[in-house]
Amino acid sequence: MKAFALLATLATAVVLLYGTRDFAPWGDPASPASTHVSPVYIERAVEETHVPNLVTAILGDYRGYDTMFETVVIYCAGLAVVSVLRRRKS
Amino acid sequence: MKILHELARHKTGGDNLIIQTAVRLLVPFIQLFGLYVIVHGHYSPGGGFQGGVVLGASFILLALAFDLRTSLRFMSEGANAILGNAGALIYIGIGVLCALVGGLFLDYGALDRLIPLGPVEWRSFGIFLVEVGVGIAVMSIMASLYWDIGSGGEMDEGL
Repeated sequence: MKAFALLATLATAVVLLYGTRDFAPWGDPASPASTHVSPVYIERAVEETHVPNLVTAILGDYRGYDTMFETVVIYCAGLAVVSVLRRRKS
Repeated sequence: MKILHELARHKTGGDNLIIQTAVRLLVPFIQLFGLYVIVHGHYSPGGGFQGGVVLGASFILLALAFDLRTSLRFMSEGANAILGNAGALIYIGIGVLCALVGGLFLDYGALDRLIPLGPVEWRSFGIFLVEVGVGIAVMSIMASLYWDIGSGGEMDEGL
């Protein structure tokens, strides 16, 4: 069973690593993210949200759905540890 | 502060005294800094996650320098559970509220229909409310993770 788990993990890792070959090179000015996503945030974030810190504006507003599930992940981690470990001494 | 003062006085021990005095003086400032990091996230690096971790670390520091029961006197198990749930619910609740008043999910500008501040100001304020929710959730979950793992789930003495 352990060997199967290791094999499944390795196979997933190979598929994921193969998928990264299609990514644009890091910092490539011609990639889609650099040609129209980042410029729009940089130009419009302050006037649309009145938040001077662009990181907060993107994290809390434009990518709010992503941040919501980050919170849910942390919440689930806490819930799992509590439900596995905590016990009452009677 | 007063409880810590009494605890530090009654404890015996050599180097513990130095650590406990330092922690006693540091914890209020650490918590103040954690609140500052959450609230000032709009203007400087920081936000809910970072500030929440700093606040949670202050409780972990109390548990390390004194013992686990001391940190439980400052935030009880029940309060911790309520805060952790409330933090996650604040975030999702604001998203649902935006949808209920007629906007999209997590479209803070729609909250303008409840309290007219202007859609742009509401987007700024909505980010703040959401960050407070994240901070509360992360703080209580950091503390409860340490309590549970440090004491094997028994919540008595700790490490």
